[in-house]
Amino acid sequence: MLSERPISPSTLSRKDLPWQIKWDINACTKCGRCTSVCPVNAIELGVFRKREIKTSMGLSAKPVNEFSTYYGITQRTDPAYACIGCSMCNMVCPNNAIEPQRQSDSTTLQFQNNRGGQSRTRGGRRNSSESLLDQLKFIRISMLTDPALDAGRHEFEMRTLLGRVLSPENEIKCFQENGWKPPVREIYPLVIGGMSFGALSPNMWEGLQMGVAYLNEEMNMPVRICTGEGGCPPRLLRSRFLKYVILQIASGYFGWDEIIHAIPEMKEDPCAIEIKYGQGAKPGDGGLLMWYKVNKLIAAIRGVPKGVSLPSPPTHQTQYSIEESVAKMIQSMSMAWGFRVPVYPKISASSTSLAVLNNLVRNPYAAGLAIDGEDGGTGAAYNVSMNHMGHPIASNLRDCYKALCVAGAQNEIPLVAGGGIGKNGNLAANAAALMMLGASMVQIGKYVMQAGAGCLGSEKDRCNVCNIGVCPKGITSQDPRVYRRLDPEKVAERVVDFYLSFDTELRKVFAPLGRSTSLPIGMSDGLGISDKDAADRLDIKYVI
Amino acid sequence: MCRLFALTSRDPVSPMLAIDALNVMKEGHDGSGVGLYLSGLGGPWEEFKDYPILSGIFTEPGLARVFEYMADKGFRSIYSAMFKPEVEPPVGTPVRGTYASIAYKIPKEWDDLPKAVVDQRLVQMRLDLRKEGEESGQIMVFSFWPDTIMIKEVGDPLAIGEYLQLGREELYARHILAQGRQNTNYAINLYACHPFFIEGVGTMTNGENTAFIPIKEYLQSRGVTGYEGYQSDSEVFTHIAHYTTKKLGLDISAYKHIITPMNDDEMADHQDREMLLNLKRSCRKLIIDGPNCIIGCLEDGSMFMAQDRKKLRPGVVGGNPEIGMYAFSSEICGLNAAIPDRDRSKDFQPMHLDTAIVGPDCREVLQCSQKDPLALQR
Repeated sequence: MLSERPISPSTLSRKDLPWQIKWDINACTKCGRCTSVCPVNAIELGVFRKREIKTSMGLSAKPVNEFSTYYGITQRTDPAYACIGCSMCNMVCPNNAIEPQRQSDSTTLQFQNNRGGQSRTRGGRRNSSESLLDQLKFIRISMLTDPALDAGRHEFEMRTLLGRVLSPENEIKCFQENGWKPPVREIYPLVIGGMSFGALSPNMWEGLQMGVAYLNEEMNMPVRICTGEGGCPPRLLRSRFLKYVILQIASGYFGWDEIIHAIPEMKEDPCAIEIKYGQGAKPGDGGLLMWYKVNKLIAAIRGVPKGVSLPSPPTHQTQYSIEESVAKMIQSMSMAWGFRVPVYPKISASSTSLAVLNNLVRNPYAAGLAIDGEDGGTGAAYNVSMNHMGHPIASNLRDCYKALCVAGAQNEIPLVAGGGIGKNGNLAANAAALMMLGASMVQIGKYVMQAGAGCLGSEKDRCNVCNIGVCPKGITSQDPRVYRRLDPEKVAERVVDFYLSFDTELRKVFAPLGRSTSLPIGMSDGLGISDKDAADRLDIKYVI
Repeated sequence: MCRLFALTSRDPVSPMLAIDALNVMKEGHDGSGVGLYLSGLGGPWEEFKDYPILSGIFTEPGLARVFEYMADKGFRSIYSAMFKPEVEPPVGTPVRGTYASIAYKIPKEWDDLPKAVVDQRLVQMRLDLRKEGEESGQIMVFSFWPDTIMIKEVGDPLAIGEYLQLGREELYARHILAQGRQNTNYAINLYACHPFFIEGVGTMTNGENTAFIPIKEYLQSRGVTGYEGYQSDSEVFTHIAHYTTKKLGLDISAYKHIITPMNDDEMADHQDREMLLNLKRSCRKLIIDGPNCIIGCLEDGSMFMAQDRKKLRPGVVGGNPEIGMYAFSSEICGLNAAIPDRDRSKDFQPMHLDTAIVGPDCREVLQCSQKDPLALQR
């Protein structure tokens, strides 16, 4: 740094940045691809002038200055342009001459992030790598009286129910009296959770929808995808693929207009309606679609002007209390589709989850409850919300399941768990553990990004720029120049790939546990953990 | 794997017939216990068909407490079969006291009560006594029901049979469930010993029930008196049979639809598909997932056997209608030992869709397939 450069409180040296660009002058061909692809303009072409002092032997000749100029890459030290470690520069470099490197000891940037009085917002990651779900072990392996099942050859039924299931007594009564029965869908227990059209790029959306359609129509796996808040493309609403889609409608009715207008023209009922009251990583805060991403199409679908930031609207005025709003919205959404579609709310896992659940148990139209733990979230939120708000999923889910057991309704209201499933890549193990803690199905968002589209984000605050529309992979950008990088066909292929391998892994877990004809929902005797407090809290075995 | 043997006969027979059959099948059980369920009692019990019989094991003070408890409730004993062994028990069997079966006269005030209430009260009395006994160690009660005797003990079946003199005429019965037990995942406890019993429904099982905890939690949440205990992972099978027949009012042939519903393809062309799908969904928590063979006896004396599709070696049913005797056995050698004189070509091994039922008349083996139309109401 030059000595005469003004030094302000927010001036950082390169050393202060968490990501450092390593650039090899000898391998670089100066093609310029790295600088053009960098989503945050952290690097730029630099012209360097070098002064060398040449001293000759002897005393007579004076030393001379020699000046040379060379071209290279320079990393900016302005906090607004700090490298995010996405590694796109390395991906496009023909010679591997450049790459970002993590510097773990520097935390200085964190103090400079919120400039101009603006809190930091970022794309969704909680940046905590530990996971309780990863600590859970499956400990009940059949060995005494029976040989374990053959995961590869045995017949399995890997389906779950979404919808209000009547108790056996009421079911028989209803059948005899030909009464109204709540709609129930038999679906695959791994659901792609709500990520809105707006948060995701059109190519990502198309890829996911194609993957889901393929799984349903070619692989006989009834996989469902949730739209997320903020409407649904009109063409999908009017297509036969709508049956594979769970439409999400938030408590502020964002994007509801488009849906309600399409109802008369719908060829198929949607799989279900999810009413979003809260989400895991930013409970009580809703999504934040920043202006960078609100282009003409998104604006049209949501019924807003283009180029304005769209925080999720506040809860609609008609909803006075959670009890009232849950009851009212469930009833009105059910009515909209003639009581043929399951309707269930999604809430953030919190210490009030049980209260919501108690309401639902007494509501004959409630089709389930989705609980989203703190580790979830792919959308944008304030740093402080994402890192410090919310309740982990495992204990919250367990509490809810046990409450259902007391009420005798554990087969009647399915619990959908989300938040942190597969965040370290252990998708099937995490999902199986949650089912054994009481979830009827699990939902994932982040994993689809990571596996389906090669998202570069990590739990170490790498990338995380989903919110500002510069996603280097084109997953969450609305800029065609960026999202063209993502091939929807390849996304679909990857979605199918990981679903099939998830299916295999799930069988590999369930078969030794001796379960194949029904999901081991609530089979808590099969779980163990080496943390005594966690074992007590979850009411599972303590194993060391 | 436990060995199971059940006998149903038009005339009362000795339980030793079943014990001997268990002995033939000895290879498969470790002799850690034996359980007997006897109904359709013969001999002196014929006169007391409608009187609930309390069966269990009691110490002297325990017996006195039982009489006191019963007297408080207005019950008067009218017949009893007591047995107190005087010889040394076999190795591993403790000295416990008196093995008693006592028939009681129901108090007059109960005459106007509906049957369901009377039944529930009988169950409650058994549970009260059992609870008291678990605290004091003086009382063990296995059943309190008309025309039913249950005997359980730790040890090798044949040794126990001789020790308790199970060949006595007062134990002759028309319907006998007997199990030679292998110790399972749970501690040895007499209450964990099959068969299990509730309100006229007795069943026994072999295999391992991996769905035990979810099923147990579901049954417990139904609010039915008597759905408790669960010392064994297969006690739930008895309660599911009870729930199916008594609470849902379904025929026993529907039992298999509850515990092992058909898959979608099998169900596709079933004429009762809609009802079956509803049952499958609403009773989803009751789906068993282990390789299990279940043999049971209902209040009317009909006996059944069902197993799920994972059972590698299914049980077998066979018998002789002329002598009026049928046997349900987990191994064919047990059947051969008990009823050698039968038409072996008519032996039936119920496979993954079948339930075998022999009515109280002991004339034939009724073969129900899940593909058959539903016989809904009992």
